Amino acid sequence: MISVIPAGQPSVIRDPLPAGSCRFGVLTFPGSNCDRDVVWVTRHVLNCPTRLIWHQETQIDDCDVVVIPGGFSYGDYLRCGAMAKVAPVMAAVRAFANRGGLVLGICNGFQVLVEAGMLPGALLRNANLHFICDRVALEIERTDLPWTQQYTSQSLITLPIAHGEGCYLCDPDTLATLEANRQVVFRYQGKAPNGSLDRIAGICNPEGNVLGLMPHPERAADPALGSTDGLPLWAGLMQSVAARV
Amino acid sequence: MVLMPFQAQIHITLKPSIFDPAGAAIEASLHQLGHDQVAQVRLGKIITFVVDALEAETARQQATQMCEQLLANPVIEHYTVDIQPVGSQRQAVQA
Repeated sequence: MISVIPAGQPSVIRDPLPAGSCRFGVLTFPGSNCDRDVVWVTRHVLNCPTRLIWHQETQIDDCDVVVIPGGFSYGDYLRCGAMAKVAPVMAAVRAFANRGGLVLGICNGFQVLVEAGMLPGALLRNANLHFICDRVALEIERTDLPWTQQYTSQSLITLPIAHGEGCYLCDPDTLATLEANRQVVFRYQGKAPNGSLDRIAGICNPEGNVLGLMPHPERAADPALGSTDGLPLWAGLMQSVAARV
Repeated sequence: MVLMPFQAQIHITLKPSIFDPAGAAIEASLHQLGHDQVAQVRLGKIITFVVDALEAETARQQATQMCEQLLANPVIEHYTVDIQPVGSQRQAVQA
C-alpha cells in the first residue's frame, strides 16, 4: 500500500492527498527508518490521508503536516542531518513552514531541522557517548500549541528515545531567546539522559509551527505497543487542521 | 582563463568551548597507557578534495563557502582551509 516515488521522478504529485481532513506527508531520505512508523499512526491508527514524500520531490502543497522522521538519513555521514538539509525536498519544506505549515522533526528529523537552521542550536554526541534506547519521562512546558493542546498543563508523559546524538546545545544568547519566547516545549524530567542543555528534549520556532524533538511520539500512539502517551500530539494536529477550515 | 587544480584540505574540530566526549574518552585511554602528560585531546575530521579554480584565492573562497554551507556546522565547529597547487604538492613529496 505504501508507494515510494523512485529517484529522478519529475516534481509532480502523482496522487495528491484528498482535501477535507488532516493530510500528512512523511519525508523519506535514504536511511530514514521511522517513516513507516509515522505512516502507521497517521494512516492506520488515525485514518488520516498520508503519503511518503521522497527526498527528491519538490511539491508538497497537498499536505497539512510534514513529518521529518527518525532514522539515519544518508548514514549520518558528515554530521547527523547535514546532507538531508540540502536534499531537494528541503527547499519545499522551508517554504511550507514559512507559509505557516506544520513541520514536525522527530529524532533524526530534529537533527535535520537544526542543521537546516529552521530551529536554533545543535545536537551533539550524547555526553556519555552511549546510544541510548530507553523510555523517558518528559515535562510538557506549554499546552497552547497545536502539538500539545490535547495534553493537560503540567502533565508528565513517557516516550521512547533512541539516539546517539541528542545532546542539545546552543549559546547563552540563543538559550535566553528560547526561554523568553517559550520555545522549549519538552524537557526531560530529572537528569537529561544525553546531557542536553537545560534538559531540553524538544523546541519549536518562535511562531510555533515547527517542532523538533528527540523522543518518538509515533512509537507510543498505538495501544498494541503498550503506551499511547504520544497519541495526543497527533490528535492535536488533526484538531488544529480541522479548526482552520 | 585556464583553470588549475588545487588540493584542498579542510580541518574541522569542535569549538574549544564545546565538550568533546570522544576526545575525553581518547584522553582517558592514553592515560591508561601511561601517557599521563597528555591533556586537551580533541577529535576532528579532515576532508580533502581537488578543486579547479583560476587561482589559489578563488579556490580558498569556494572551499570556505562549502564549509559554511555543508562541510562544517558553524554553530558548534571550527574549521581551517588549506589550499595547495596540486603540482607543488607532488614536488614536495619527490623532494
